[in-house]
Amino acid sequence: MEAILKLSLLLIVLSILATVFRLVRGPSVPDRVQALDMLGFLIISTTAIFTIFIRSTAFFEVILLIGILSFISTVAFARFIERGYAIDRKSD
Amino acid sequence: MKKSNDVILRTVAKVASVIIFTFAINLFFSGHHNPGGGFIGGLAFAAGLTLLFLSYDIASVYNNSMLDFKVLGAVGVLIAVLTGVAAMVLGKSFLTHNVARINLPLFGATQLATSVIFDIGVALAVIGTAVTIIMSIGNDRQ
Repeated sequence: MEAILKLSLLLIVLSILATVFRLVRGPSVPDRVQALDMLGFLIISTTAIFTIFIRSTAFFEVILLIGILSFISTVAFARFIERGYAIDRKSD
Repeated sequence: MKKSNDVILRTVAKVASVIIFTFAINLFFSGHHNPGGGFIGGLAFAAGLTLLFLSYDIASVYNNSMLDFKVLGAVGVLIAVLTGVAAMVLGKSFLTHNVARINLPLFGATQLATSVIFDIGVALAVIGTAVTIIMSIGNDRQ
């Protein structure tokens, strides 16, 4: 059981390294935005595996909160790429 | 500029903002023994308001909420400071808190702490500050 958890943490570290490479190297802005979203999901999965590791339910709020913040930041970046600003002052 | 067509985002934001607000209140009330508290509850509430700002616009959210967020932040700081001063008036040192166990009719034996009032002040201050920052950044010019 513990060996599987440690192996999955190692694999997540490898994929975090690959995602950081895409975040730094990425040729265009949407690549970097997707890499940021992917980093959020990898942090969520790390927290979940750590929660199983220490057998506690204390970090479930952390998982929900990182999910919410990752969703909102992705929406904001998408709107900024699409139209050049993020928040409308007054809708037409 | 062509007219924006974001039906999916607005439909999702109507449901998701309610969930985020509920989760923020849950985070606020779980702060005494579990992860949570006034600061992170206020930040989650401000994140829900940010989702509404992103999917709709500043004017409609501001007109529908009928709140001046600068005044809200000032009232929060005032509540937090007055909670500390009230302990000084009663002869204890600054920010001393007290805990009482009371039988409420619906919840049973409940632990009521005066630090919840301080947390309400912190949450209001964080909501006011964060939303004021976001509104003044997004409102400059387009």
